[in-house]
Amino acid sequence: MSGYAEISKNFRPEHGGSLRRRRKITNVFMLGLAGLMSLLAVGILVWIVGYVVYRGGSSINLDFLTQTPRPVGIAGGGVLHAIEGTLILAFLAGLFAILPGVAAAFYVAYNPNTPLGIVVRFGTDVLSGVPSIVIGIFVYVLVVKSSGHYSALAGGMALAILMLPIIIRTTEEMIKLVPGTLREGSLALGAPEWKTALKVTLPAAMNGIITGFLLGIARAAGETAPLLFTALGNDRFEVGKMVTSSLQNGQNIFQALVNIIQQPVDSLPLTLFKYSQQPDIERINQSWGVALVLIVIVLVTNIGARLWVQRRSSQLKG
Amino acid sequence: MWQALMIAMGALVLALILAIGFLLWQQSQTAQSQLGLSFFLPASSTSWDPVSGLFQAWPFIYGTLITSLVAIVVALPLSLGVAIFLAELCPSWLRSPLGLLVELLAAIPSVVYGLWGIFVFLPSVVAPLGEFLGSTLGQAPLLSALLGGVMSPSGSSRLAAGLILAIMITPTIASVTRDVLLAIPRSQREAAFALGATQWETIWKILLPYGLSGILGAVILGLGRALGETMAVTMVIGNSIDNTASLLRPGYTMSSIIANEFAEAVNQLHSEALIEVALVLFVMTLLLNGAARWMVYRAARRTPTGGR
Repeated sequence: MSGYAEISKNFRPEHGGSLRRRRKITNVFMLGLAGLMSLLAVGILVWIVGYVVYRGGSSINLDFLTQTPRPVGIAGGGVLHAIEGTLILAFLAGLFAILPGVAAAFYVAYNPNTPLGIVVRFGTDVLSGVPSIVIGIFVYVLVVKSSGHYSALAGGMALAILMLPIIIRTTEEMIKLVPGTLREGSLALGAPEWKTALKVTLPAAMNGIITGFLLGIARAAGETAPLLFTALGNDRFEVGKMVTSSLQNGQNIFQALVNIIQQPVDSLPLTLFKYSQQPDIERINQSWGVALVLIVIVLVTNIGARLWVQRRSSQLKG
Repeated sequence: MWQALMIAMGALVLALILAIGFLLWQQSQTAQSQLGLSFFLPASSTSWDPVSGLFQAWPFIYGTLITSLVAIVVALPLSLGVAIFLAELCPSWLRSPLGLLVELLAAIPSVVYGLWGIFVFLPSVVAPLGEFLGSTLGQAPLLSALLGGVMSPSGSSRLAAGLILAIMITPTIASVTRDVLLAIPRSQREAAFALGATQWETIWKILLPYGLSGILGAVILGLGRALGETMAVTMVIGNSIDNTASLLRPGYTMSSIIANEFAEAVNQLHSEALIEVALVLFVMTLLLNGAARWMVYRAARRTPTGGR
């Protein structure tokens, strides 16, 4: 009540015009300040993105995207190893996270008020707050230490744990947007619950789920901390060469892929971090190039996802 | 079968959290018993010497706490301003694109913040600011501990880490606060306007107190993010073991010492000590996030039944 009581005190007869003028000035000043803060936040975004585009643009060319690194001090070369590594890590992370994420989201969406539903949703939120470096240590202890070597597999697992809450949250939102009558209709026709989920609810929510999945991938692709002790980094990583040498040794393609994910691997953010620490101008310039690639990935997925979800949810509601 | 799968995968999320806590605890047992409680406790002079087996984590805990504190102090007015503008002031056609822009700030990878920090933000903003603060307030009675010493010319410092963190957590606090403000029933605003309140008075005296627990939750959520943030901080904080409390000096946070030393831990005790640091960090963020989520839930679930 106190707020209202305070406001109504302004109108006692003993206050003259000066109070009114002061209140008006405060109003304009503080509202202006709020607008200024928003301008500042957007200004910082423009500053960062603009500078990355300016510096990164000059170091990106075809070689940068299609060649592996040259030794420090020799001009040229690119970050193909990191692009390949990022794709492999993102693929593995998606592979590990998608099934548990979607299943858990179905559970939370359909059982919001059961004890397990409440606890799982709470757990999802808590998991999304666990520092990524802690997840890195966890996977190090769980996988790297027991298997004895750093690997893309371990990195993929760390990123999967990071993606899991994002997938659960967005999928849950999308499932809730699908009208309940659709599900009930399917159940009334005698379809079992799993078939309803798979053939009715999931297709209706599919676009949203893919969006959440892409956002999760984008987030994972930008993460560095959980990879420091899992994927480690490997600037000699070259998928093409590794596959050819495996095939020459008489292995089939499947064995070749299994070999690859057991190698340590670099990723774009990991490369950016390492290059930025080196006292070599060529490497610093390349790290700006990597930053630009990362920013483009992030902007495209986030803006695309936002537009997509908006269109989709207005379709479903409308 | 489907039901069982859903339950199993829901339980997996919980199992993960428990497993993280358990493994970190189990893998740092030697460190826990050998280093004891003095590992965490504040001390005026501490040491971290992997070769001779001396480990005291207080400077890192301090680094994490002080950089997060700076981040909150700077981010709070910034994000309240953004949230108020988004929820109350801006025309509705601007709300969605502006909200997207602010959220993009949260989507920029941490290493990109770090790179921009090292080469742009530190030399152009942090170094001059630090020098200015040091020369004006460095001798002041209460602030001399925080702002004493000489700013390093590169700008790498606890202050730099705190300011970068402030930028990074602003979108988190702002977007949750915006949602809290938008959830407040119209009748609250109309009642205030009917009493003759200006728009600012309505926001400051009615809306913010009404949404207080949700906003507090948003702040704690931002704090949780600041505590655990690793890469940007590692890149700008200067990474040096420093026993002073000064914001102008380079330091370490809990996450940055792990990022710097874990892969090259010299012996068993060293890596266990770092895992113990991770355990402390995990417990801190767990408690904070638990509290924050609970507050946001409560604020969102409160039914608008007149009264306050």
